[in-house]
Amino acid sequence: MLAESLTLSAALFTIGVIGVLTRRNAIIVFMCVELMLNAVNLSFVALSRLYGATGQVFVIFVMTVAAAEAAVGLAIIISIFRHKKSVNLQDINILRG
Amino acid sequence: MLESTHPLADTAARFVWWLPTLPLIGFLINGALSVYASAKLGPADPSSDHGHEAHGHSANAHHQPHAADAGHDGHDTPIRHRFAAIASVVGPGVMVVAFGLALATFFAMRGVEMHSPYVNTLFSWLPVGALQVDAALQLDGLSMVMVLVITGIGMLIHLFSVGYMQDDPGYPRYFAYLNLFVFFMLLLVLGANYVVTFVGWEGVGLCSYLLIGFWFSEQANADAGKKAFIVNRIGDFGFMVAMFMLFAHLGTLDYTTIAAKADQLPAGGIVVTAICLFLFLGCAGKSAQIPLFVWLPDAMAGPTPVSALIHAATMVTAGVFLVARSSMLFSIAPVASLTVALVGAVTALFAATIGLKQWDIKKVLAYSTVSQLGYMFIGVGVGAYTAGVFHLVTHAFFKALLFLGSGSVIYAMHRAYHATHHHGDDAQDMRNMGGLKKYMPATWALMWIATLAIAGVPPFSGFFSKDEILGAAFARAHGSTLADATLLGLPGSTVLYIVWVLGLASALLTAIYMTRMMLYTFHGPNRTGAANTPHLAEAPWIMTGPLVVLGVLSLVGGWLNLPAVITDLMPIGPSGTLEHWLEPVVGEATARVAGTGTHLSASTEEVLIGFAVAIAIAGIVIAKMRLKPEVLVSKSASLPSNGIQRVLEHKWFVDEAYDATLVKPTYAISKSVLWTGIDVGLIDTLLVNGSAALTRFLGWMGGQLQSGRVGTYAWMLVLGALLLLRAFARAS
Repeated sequence: MLAESLTLSAALFTIGVIGVLTRRNAIIVFMCVELMLNAVNLSFVALSRLYGATGQVFVIFVMTVAAAEAAVGLAIIISIFRHKKSVNLQDINILRG
Repeated sequence: MLESTHPLADTAARFVWWLPTLPLIGFLINGALSVYASAKLGPADPSSDHGHEAHGHSANAHHQPHAADAGHDGHDTPIRHRFAAIASVVGPGVMVVAFGLALATFFAMRGVEMHSPYVNTLFSWLPVGALQVDAALQLDGLSMVMVLVITGIGMLIHLFSVGYMQDDPGYPRYFAYLNLFVFFMLLLVLGANYVVTFVGWEGVGLCSYLLIGFWFSEQANADAGKKAFIVNRIGDFGFMVAMFMLFAHLGTLDYTTIAAKADQLPAGGIVVTAICLFLFLGCAGKSAQIPLFVWLPDAMAGPTPVSALIHAATMVTAGVFLVARSSMLFSIAPVASLTVALVGAVTALFAATIGLKQWDIKKVLAYSTVSQLGYMFIGVGVGAYTAGVFHLVTHAFFKALLFLGSGSVIYAMHRAYHATHHHGDDAQDMRNMGGLKKYMPATWALMWIATLAIAGVPPFSGFFSKDEILGAAFARAHGSTLADATLLGLPGSTVLYIVWVLGLASALLTAIYMTRMMLYTFHGPNRTGAANTPHLAEAPWIMTGPLVVLGVLSLVGGWLNLPAVITDLMPIGPSGTLEHWLEPVVGEATARVAGTGTHLSASTEEVLIGFAVAIAIAGIVIAKMRLKPEVLVSKSASLPSNGIQRVLEHKWFVDEAYDATLVKPTYAISKSVLWTGIDVGLIDTLLVNGSAALTRFLGWMGGQLQSGRVGTYAWMLVLGALLLLRAFARAS
């Protein structure tokens, strides 16, 4: 059971990473980051069977932070869209050195 | 400690630190007045004019507007500095108090037996590991003599300055510098170790620079100040190297400790000889000996009382003082001592020859000072430390008198030129004077006293001191440690005979050029010009008063140290007073140099004295015969000189030679190598701009990472995470 859970978690995480690396739409990238977070959450829950309830507590923390992050992140994306009429990451490069 | 047990501890000597402090207070007050006056509006102190003197030969000196001429016929009501009254009280006032304290200390010292110097430690100054330097003052016979000369003659010259500088717009500034000079000079002679002496040594150099360039708005004066400062730097390098070597080999810089430890150095060894020669390099700079004498004649650009105080009576004798103070070292370094004596003798003759053909009255006296300083170095070089110090004291009397007298003459000439608005002629050129005896009888008489003293005519003071030096040089040629040493392949006794002959020759020349100066200035027809003559008059009493005191001292100064051979013939006073007084300080060193040499027999000494007197009188007679009244002509009527006379008038072209061999190459190297090569090339381009370019390049490289593309950042993040993961995996 543990092996399958961790395999699923790894697969989800990899999908998230590939999404972050390849997609250009900021909202999709954002969703991929959420996917990575939740893949990690799955690992926590699965491993808590072995190492006690600490993993489950951590999942609550991660979800709280993710919610806050989603609020801030989406607000930023909306601001950028209002400014640039685009959420394409390639258009967002004003901090270039 | 010494203080608690020393017999002087409960006398006036415990206030010895007040001696330098008093002039320092005067400096602070006068300096504050000067700064305040120039910060606020009023007849302030920009020193845009040049007081009373014409300096050097720069004719345009006279075309500068005089402050008193600012308005139409403004010279009837000269504009004085508004704080002149306060400065006149403070400046000389602190000197009077300091002289009083010096006298009290002197009488306290007379009352006790001085076996060891009284050291007054103020505080620990430089406690650095093995180097322990205290801010300490040392009172002994030698420093007492110097303190009396500095405060006594300094006081007289401060008083003279009240008259001489009265209409100068920089009046308080002048007294501030003069007081500061006295402070440093007292520090120099009272220091209980080489470091305190060195602080005073540098300080007097600074004040000398400030006062030579006192009328700095003229380029020539500012240049003269710079020249003095730079030439002295060469000497100070020697002084510092000597201090480093002393510390390296003896581990201390205190005079008393060095005196006790000096026998740890092998006598006549390379170390002590090097230390003494480096010290003497310092002395040659400060006391204007060959090859570093060139700054002193130029230093005459300063006000005349400054020439009297700093460049004749006190500062320039600091080198003689230092050799006497270091007698414990010089007495075990015969080669260095012979060098001192020989350099002194050559300088004495060399400067005397130049003095023969100078026209500027102050230049004559300047070369005379160089020559007499050479005499003092003969004295301390042959190990007759008392004789050197004796000549230092008598020279301070008569040379201060000569300079102040020449100041009176220049003052009178200037006033006459001023009254008639005559500004074309040089007020310091002796050819423009003549016959001043009629107008300035007191100055005339007093300056003749000084002239006879410097020429060595008995019973004036210079006769005794000069004779003692020459006698010592002659006596040391047999049996002394000097006679056994060799210098430049010559046996020491030969060197000493050469020194003696050179000394005699310069005595002859001294008598000639001094008589020439007196004849040109005071005798013969008056060449001032018919319009100016009625305005010539004696200077005010505040200026002649100090002259009279110095005249008396020049007359009787010889009684400080009468030779036994004379007191045996005529009981005119106690013999060897100064010698007994200095015996605890230099007696041991003198005896060490003299070695097994017996004293000269009375008859030999009588012959030597007779010879010296004959030479002095011969010099005066030769000058009198050569300079008949009809050959004394004014500057405009005189012919250009040629041959050897021209060489002498141009000072053997030493300045030109130095310019060609030292100044110009230094300048060229500084410009091509140091400036454009090292400074501009290496430091500015490579180091300063190079490090800036390197930083900019590194910043550009870092900036390239900031592409602004989120995808790239994410890739880097993932790669970094993978690398970290791998590292963790390996570690575990």
